[in-house]
Amino acid sequence: MQQGGNRQTEKLMLERSVPGRVGVVLPDLDVPAQPLPNNALLRDDLALPELSEPELVQYFTGLSLKNFSIDTHFYPLGSCTMKYNPKINDEVAFSPGFASIHPMQPAEHSQGALELLHKLQGFLGEITGLPAVSLATLAGAHGELGGMLMIRAHHLANGDTTRTKVAIPDSAHGTNPASAAMAGFDVVELASDEQGNVDLNALRAVSGPDLAGVMITLPSTLGLFDTHIVEVCNIVHEAGGLVYGDGANMNALLGRVKLGDLGFDVAHLNLHKTFSTPHGGGGPGAGPVCCTNQLAPYLAAPIVSQNGDSYEFSTPAKSIGKLSGFHGNFGVLVRAYTYIRTLGDAGIKSISGNAVLSANYMMNALRGVYHLPFDRTCMHEAVFSADFQKERGSSGLEIAKRLLDYGFHAPTMYFPLIVHEALMIEPTESETKETIDAFIQALIDIDQEVTDDKDLVNNAPHTTPVARLDEAKAARQPDLRWQPEAAD
Amino acid sequence: MTATRPNTPIANEGHFQSHYIPSTVDEQSEMLSALGIDNIDQLFADIPVEFRNPHLDLPAPLSELEIQQELGRMASKNRAMGSGPSFLGAGSYNHFIPSIIKSLITRGEFITAYTPYQAEASQGTLQVIYEFQTLICNLYGMEVANAGMYDGATSLAEAALMACRVTKREKVALADSISPAYIDVIRTYCQSQDIAVEIVDPSNPALGEETACLVLQYPNYFGYIEDLEALVDATHVQGALAVVSCDPTAMGMLQTPGHYGADIVTGDGQPLGIPVSYGGPYVGLFATKQEYIRQMPSRLSGRTIDKNGKTGYVLTLQTREQHIRRERATSNICTNEALYALASTIYMAAMGKQGMKQVAELCYHKSHYAAAQIASLPGYSLPIDKPFFQEFVVQCPSSPTDINKKLIDLNILGGLDVSEKIPDGMLLCVTEMNSKDDIDALVAALSELK
Repeated sequence: MQQGGNRQTEKLMLERSVPGRVGVVLPDLDVPAQPLPNNALLRDDLALPELSEPELVQYFTGLSLKNFSIDTHFYPLGSCTMKYNPKINDEVAFSPGFASIHPMQPAEHSQGALELLHKLQGFLGEITGLPAVSLATLAGAHGELGGMLMIRAHHLANGDTTRTKVAIPDSAHGTNPASAAMAGFDVVELASDEQGNVDLNALRAVSGPDLAGVMITLPSTLGLFDTHIVEVCNIVHEAGGLVYGDGANMNALLGRVKLGDLGFDVAHLNLHKTFSTPHGGGGPGAGPVCCTNQLAPYLAAPIVSQNGDSYEFSTPAKSIGKLSGFHGNFGVLVRAYTYIRTLGDAGIKSISGNAVLSANYMMNALRGVYHLPFDRTCMHEAVFSADFQKERGSSGLEIAKRLLDYGFHAPTMYFPLIVHEALMIEPTESETKETIDAFIQALIDIDQEVTDDKDLVNNAPHTTPVARLDEAKAARQPDLRWQPEAAD
Repeated sequence: MTATRPNTPIANEGHFQSHYIPSTVDEQSEMLSALGIDNIDQLFADIPVEFRNPHLDLPAPLSELEIQQELGRMASKNRAMGSGPSFLGAGSYNHFIPSIIKSLITRGEFITAYTPYQAEASQGTLQVIYEFQTLICNLYGMEVANAGMYDGATSLAEAALMACRVTKREKVALADSISPAYIDVIRTYCQSQDIAVEIVDPSNPALGEETACLVLQYPNYFGYIEDLEALVDATHVQGALAVVSCDPTAMGMLQTPGHYGADIVTGDGQPLGIPVSYGGPYVGLFATKQEYIRQMPSRLSGRTIDKNGKTGYVLTLQTREQHIRRERATSNICTNEALYALASTIYMAAMGKQGMKQVAELCYHKSHYAAAQIASLPGYSLPIDKPFFQEFVVQCPSSPTDINKKLIDLNILGGLDVSEKIPDGMLLCVTEMNSKDDIDALVAALSELK
């Protein structure tokens, strides 16, 4: 990989610390000093580093160069939608008119922010076909929790106290069952059929008076559009349940179909996937919840309402309550708004078209080289199995690690759980055909390496800042913070 | 103004060449012919035809120039804190942010990286998280900290749930002096889990044998310093856990919750170099004792070695988490707001041992100066006689909301109206961002308002 610079990053900040150095100079106190509280209330020591500004910039820049990122590497991580993150989005979010406004300042002095939020609610409602929207949830899983609490509140409001079960396909992200459990439901796993769709017989078997709802990811984590989706929604509705949509894979569907038209009742979107806001190495993201007008009264507070020419926060009539300290991850919402305005109606549809085209092009080029457990037109991502290579002695993990040596981030591995040796690859719409071709060639070359020199593959990566790490040691003897006595 | 753009298609049909999407019509055709089809729509044949290609009522695309203009117009309708004296806090604080933070966190290598699951390709992020965990432990006087949570409110709610898991009890007691927003969020998180939420008076918290935890804020929502020592001891006597939400800025000066024996310490990392940004994104802080580590939510970065013996970092103890444990995970949380954990790590390092203390002392002296000046005005008083840090409540001669309206006409952003809790109470916040001139301007303005 690219290894720019030679600033040393091995020593941690407290090891580098030199007494007396400062990283910031602050103004002098300009008011008369006031009496301090009782000494017992004051701390003695605060073990923070003492480093100058150049050292800090060099250290953190050095660390950054040990990362793969979208800006430096193709990052085809399935289900994560690692598309280009436009720079103007960051610039706008950090501008003082958005970054320096206080969440509790009066609405009449925040009209621009409220207008933006109100319009974003409208855009997301239009894109999903689920017109009522709350932007207050801070991440995808957070949106799931909000949506599942809404389903619970809806049933309880109907006096329906026996609906304790939520059915979730076996291909789902781990957050789905975890969120359903946090919302107080018992989770029932739904099998997938041989086409990768929800098994309708399995669904019928669980669709009774105790079913609160289902959580469906569309397209599924197999990268497939469930051809039975309308029937899935009908079966659940006939049993009195509701359909939750995990919008993690919405990049495939933008402008092509609306979840609300298909029968979904409530869904979340991942603005950090579909709407280009940066992943930041693990957040912040945002997970707005969109729902039917029927469920609108239960949305998490606050939502933004328009009142004549002005905008204000309000709390839906039967809201599940607040799920975050203020009004949501505003800086992320500003970025998503900027993205949607930039792309507009035509551009939004062009995202899904190009993303799905790239994925199918890649899948087609690798068919036969890597096993395709569900060989049908894919959506925004394709799920392969490394079974062919495993037979020759290299697992999916080893192939993924070897890709790092070629300068490509690894695909998602061993997920979804129902595919043996899964390699889940999502190219996104923002990569060039040249890059996708180079990636295809790398996977073909690695397949050849498995035959010719499998040790090369099985000991990969060879070019990264560290080789394969001892995860067992990390878990057995957890070392989670630097302490002076632990130092040499 | 966009209608005449030649490549803007009519009614969503045809090709649109966006500057974010490289493929040209020719390249699309090449890829389509490799697939043996002639248009992109055929790839969507699995979508029932009656629902395919719905009308999409979105505005037309904008150029970057136009979007800058539109967002500039919106931004100009918002009052930025820097545009005049501002004394609003209540959970989101206006502090100085060193320039290096934005410069470093917007490096593409940090901001456009994913969660560091692929350790060899993510050593930068993983080492940052390890540094973050170290500094948060030192800040709060705790043994172990996680990689971050969504915000201060959700961090505290997760701490309450964790206390229930640790103690196997199903009632949480919240001091009435914690943020009302925190109380609301805890209620939302607890509503479906058969956990009872009780509001208690911290001067006499009636805890029982079924109480899992006492939840406190330090300094409390109104800025005052609770008697943590007595409250933690009283909590432990009942076999419950002491859960404390703590402003990290105050840790530049005040004794740590860890010193008093707190079991779980949370906080909002916003004051550590993160803009107020209308309420988010921030990062939740979460620290606890070693013995409770397996009940902790969220990620952890651990130090280990690679197969050549070289030091490296990995996500560890992941069997607590949703992607392994699914419905039996400690939490559904996936995101740790890593970018803002990075921002706060840079902040703590840049401020350093001396700077954190200086910032805390600036906030302390300036707020106490402001409080003394306001208390000397006729009609104004300080209804709470307790030590405070940077926020305090002033009892006003009339409705705080009315006073705030007059202040904002003078371009002064006043404090929060807390008259529901304290008659005619205004919660004011003074930080290092407020000069003596700002404070004197506030005092002069208030002296005219009755």
